[in-house]
Amino acid sequence: MKLPVYLDYSATTPVDPRVAEKMIPFLTENFGNPASRSHSFGWTAEKAVEEAREEVARLVNADPREIIWTSGATESNNLAIKGAAHFYETKGRHLITLKTEHKAVLDTMRELEAQGFEVTYLDPKPDGLLDFQAFREAFRADTSLVSIMHVNNEIGVIQDIAAIGALCRERGVIFHVDAAQSTGKVAIDLAKLPVDLMSFSAHKTYGPKGIGALYVRRKPRIRLKAMMHGGGHERGLRSGTLATHQIVGMGEAFRIAREEMAAESSRIRALRDRLLAGIADIEEVYINGDLEQRVPHNLNASFNYVEGESLMMAIKDLAVSSGSACTSSSLEPSYVLRALGRSDELAHSSIRFSIGRYTTEADVDFAISLIHKAVERLRDISPLWEMYKDGIDISSVQWAAAAH
Amino acid sequence: MAYNDKVIDHYENPRNVGSFDKEDDGVGTGVVGAPACGDVMKLQIKINDEGVIEDAKFKTYGCGSAIASSSLVTEWVKGKTVEQALAIKNTEIAEALALPPVKIHCSVLAEDAIKAAVSDYKAKSGTAEDGYKVCQSAA
Repeated sequence: MKLPVYLDYSATTPVDPRVAEKMIPFLTENFGNPASRSHSFGWTAEKAVEEAREEVARLVNADPREIIWTSGATESNNLAIKGAAHFYETKGRHLITLKTEHKAVLDTMRELEAQGFEVTYLDPKPDGLLDFQAFREAFRADTSLVSIMHVNNEIGVIQDIAAIGALCRERGVIFHVDAAQSTGKVAIDLAKLPVDLMSFSAHKTYGPKGIGALYVRRKPRIRLKAMMHGGGHERGLRSGTLATHQIVGMGEAFRIAREEMAAESSRIRALRDRLLAGIADIEEVYINGDLEQRVPHNLNASFNYVEGESLMMAIKDLAVSSGSACTSSSLEPSYVLRALGRSDELAHSSIRFSIGRYTTEADVDFAISLIHKAVERLRDISPLWEMYKDGIDISSVQWAAAAH
Repeated sequence: MAYNDKVIDHYENPRNVGSFDKEDDGVGTGVVGAPACGDVMKLQIKINDEGVIEDAKFKTYGCGSAIASSSLVTEWVKGKTVEQALAIKNTEIAEALALPPVKIHCSVLAEDAIKAAVSDYKAKSGTAEDGYKVCQSAA
């Protein structure tokens, strides 16, 4: 077994060797600029770009003309939210989102607030799913856009985007979905789903980093105000020379995802169930987020009375994350778990395991045994575990640090 | 984040883990930090009739640097008088473990733990001086 065992597929995935192989000729031989119309170098590159666009469209059952290339899901989220908010500004300046969205959505919303827009940040239910009652009540006459993610990056729960989209449609409100974590994990049919804008990333689905796409619905047509100006590429929505090799990689990654998703998901579900059963016998373990309405690729658990960062040190032969990889460099506990109403202690004690294409049963068994040893060792030196075992209610203790 | 070797050594082989009976007259117990902040340290010192710290034990909930800081402190206070132990500064702990700036609060907490343990001992043995507050913090 190669150490450390990689169980952080929600952070990023390796490029599938089939994808890498297809990309390489577009760096060396077929290096043409797809915008060059006057020679075969350009034509070859353009053909490859359009074939990749078809593959991305096919995975989500969209028209290829509805796919815009971007640098990744962060840019797609920015372009969708800022682009639509600004284009439809005269219709209204109120937006709705969820507190457990990725920072690429939340920080974009904050920026719009600074520009004078108003944003409602909804609390999820304790299981991480949208509270439809609160959602219905959040709409205003001037609401122009709703942005709710498909699959959450930290806890893997799947939002009911069909139902959310239907409520937006009834009110004539644009609906954007961040689908960075769902391609290749959940079937997406944009011919049926009432979604107007959807963000995609290649590197969460065994494609390269640095490339993504934005779906922009044609019927009814959604208009955006461009953020990147230049050569008028991508129908003026996103200027900049297309990264042919990256695009070819994303196309191939999404083709493989379409063909192998069903078989891969059931294999990963079996591995997730094995991991869950393996850690469920540890005392005081809490699973974060709904277990049913969730992709099998993610298991997020809190090991009470053990601090997450020290637990990650103890299981350094496992590549996992504590909260989101983007937030673990700060000392703040996961804002996603806090939004679910988890206590700071449980948020501090959380580990996200994410399983993927190359995870084996042996990897999972190794992880289970390591976690058992680590949790036991850290609880042996944990004063909170000692207090818990002595029957002391930790939430009733007056902590000295509170007076600081 | 990548840890310094000294932190990893104390984290993997923590010194003096455990507990004394906190009702024992010769034992001072200091519990500092809060679970909500991600750090709780319990430091106990056993003091003999000459006012020398004979033994020390700790338990810590927190990151690797917090565990290492408290482990190191149990080594340092042994054999010291109470007054000498109180002279240990968080900067010395941070320096010994080469803590990065984001982890300095762990060394502050370890210094606080010594003061809290000594203060508890003095309160029990009736030698408490007026004035020292457990919660005065450099953080």
